[in-house]
Amino acid sequence: MKQVLPKADPERASGNVFAAARGRLPGAGLVPQIRASAFEVYERTGLPHRGMEDWKYTDLRALIGEVLPLAPRPDAEALVRAKVSAEQVSADQAVKLVLVDGIFVPELSDLGRLENELVVRSLREVLENSAPGDMAGLVLSTTSDSVISLNAALATDGLVITVADGNAVKRPIQIVHVATGASVSTFTRSYLQLGKGAHAAIVESFVSAERASGYQANDAIIALVGNEASLSYIRVAAAASDAVNISSAIIAVGARAKLDLFSMTCSGSISRYQGFISLAGEGTKVSANGVNLIRGELHADTTMVVDHAVPHCTSREKFRAVIDDRGRSVFQGRIVVRPAARKTDATLTTRALLLSDQAEADSKPELEILADDVTCGHGATSGALDNSLVFYLRARGLPEKDAKSLLIKAFLGESIEEITSENLRDFVTAQAEHWLQAGR
Amino acid sequence: MALLEIRDLHVGVEDREVIRGLDLNVHAGEVHAIMGPNGSGKSTLSHVIAGKPGYEVTDGQILFKGEDLLEMAPEERAAKGVFLAFQYPVEIAGVTTMNFLRAALNAQRKARDQQEFSTPEFLKRVREVAGSLNIRQDMLKRGVNVGFSGGEKKRNEILQMALFEPSLCILDEIDSGLDIDALRIVASGINGLRSPERAMIVITHYRRLLDHIVPDVVHVMSKGRIVKSGDKELALELEACGYGQFEDAA
Repeated sequence: MKQVLPKADPERASGNVFAAARGRLPGAGLVPQIRASAFEVYERTGLPHRGMEDWKYTDLRALIGEVLPLAPRPDAEALVRAKVSAEQVSADQAVKLVLVDGIFVPELSDLGRLENELVVRSLREVLENSAPGDMAGLVLSTTSDSVISLNAALATDGLVITVADGNAVKRPIQIVHVATGASVSTFTRSYLQLGKGAHAAIVESFVSAERASGYQANDAIIALVGNEASLSYIRVAAAASDAVNISSAIIAVGARAKLDLFSMTCSGSISRYQGFISLAGEGTKVSANGVNLIRGELHADTTMVVDHAVPHCTSREKFRAVIDDRGRSVFQGRIVVRPAARKTDATLTTRALLLSDQAEADSKPELEILADDVTCGHGATSGALDNSLVFYLRARGLPEKDAKSLLIKAFLGESIEEITSENLRDFVTAQAEHWLQAGR
Repeated sequence: MALLEIRDLHVGVEDREVIRGLDLNVHAGEVHAIMGPNGSGKSTLSHVIAGKPGYEVTDGQILFKGEDLLEMAPEERAAKGVFLAFQYPVEIAGVTTMNFLRAALNAQRKARDQQEFSTPEFLKRVREVAGSLNIRQDMLKRGVNVGFSGGEKKRNEILQMALFEPSLCILDEIDSGLDIDALRIVASGINGLRSPERAMIVITHYRRLLDHIVPDVVHVMSKGRIVKSGDKELALELEACGYGQFEDAA
């Protein structure tokens, strides 16, 4: 929450975490070295703080203070609890791959239903069998962002999914992260590669099992979308209300490809979702959207960087936040148009609906345009529900709560309707409705 | 017993008294017209009957079927059979007309302990009514009133009135913004809903509407009161002489 822990020297605290965890972290060949250097990068800054522009609204150093010890491997009892939670978030027809406390659990996953069009391995398996020159370096790549480096240093497991050229995966692949522990941290990392002309839909869900509390989840996904490929990526985070979720996505999209990304955060004491999307091939279309649903004293931050490196690409971003009580929603969206990226067409809108006087919305749209002949725009608004609409609906017989729910759903729909798959759209809508119901 | 009985109603908006001792009895089967200049309190009266927040009833009573209407939330009034056709119907982006109609109708039925309509039953009913009002099917799939012309919005109000089958319909300047053809369609929709069980209050500036919807009683409202009541001939008299003659009476 908003409490500031005593200055326990966070860097040293996380150093202890790495030293303590080292023996348990999977990895052969160069992997231990990659981890050590990733941790060095992390240690240069430690947890991000408000002095860093990208983290000015979400000061992790003040908000969480320290990195908690790595979660133990889940025992049989934890797996029983995890199974219940994982089943509750199943997306229709999806093939589920379940990670519990940062460890892939084949027994809870639908491995038998995997289609031949894709190859799925656990990160552990990939790292344990790593040899010099293989993909481990790519899978564990980092950026200058310290939480991503920390993730590379400490990732215990995740999924490595490849879809070969021209293959289309029919059913969505759902990665379900279940937390069962208390006051522990988990680090997961997944890697996704879509070959030329390949198609896939990935759903990533974060849930907590009964009795899970005060944990910190740090996840990262790296995705490479090949030329003419198409990826739908949906993320729904519903962490425990006293837990922390930090998720990063690094996505590179090839030429004439399509990325349809949607992220919804609907619980968690402190949440940060950060996406770094790079449009690396011409003629590509990216649609990146999301919603934050916040009540209580929760804090949710969605930060998206869309980087146009080449000409003739289109990106569309629509973010919506519904904030009640003393919740705080942050949306930062940066569009970068590099000098070569002529004929870029990029827009970003962010709207916040404030349901209480104490609710807070911070929006920071930024355009960094270094090319000529581009069409770029952004817009940000925030406001309360329109009372004249509420009255109209009530005058037609809808009770006040229902009238407001209907209007909130319509507001969220502006972003949710961008999800192209009807199936996945319904899945997200149902989760949003669940959130609305829970507040009544 | 009157369906609607208003006794000595006083209503204030932001410290200003807008309705100043109004009495009105409306019986089932009757159509009452309320005419009057701008600012006479006509729309305020319709809002207070429907339960719009922001008005303070400082004195008086409104009884509907013998019950105290002022004690009820707007949605309860709707479920009991009060319907206000808005002068300015709002636009609700992201909620299709079809979903809105179904949600509203089922909410009213639920409040009355009636079973919800099944989907085919509901669709059949909406299509019938929409057809009679010249409302195209594609309009029903759009957001409520989004991109509708003035005439389409008013027809959408009548569509709801027909679907919900209220016992008291208040039509607040239903003729504003309508050309003569649209006015005919709307009026014929309204006339089709006249019945011995239903009462209507038609609020208007202009007599023109009353050529199409012939009232049983005409009231003249001025400065927050009903200053004269009569039969439909009163409307003609008003047109000839204007509202000026009543300003003093108020």
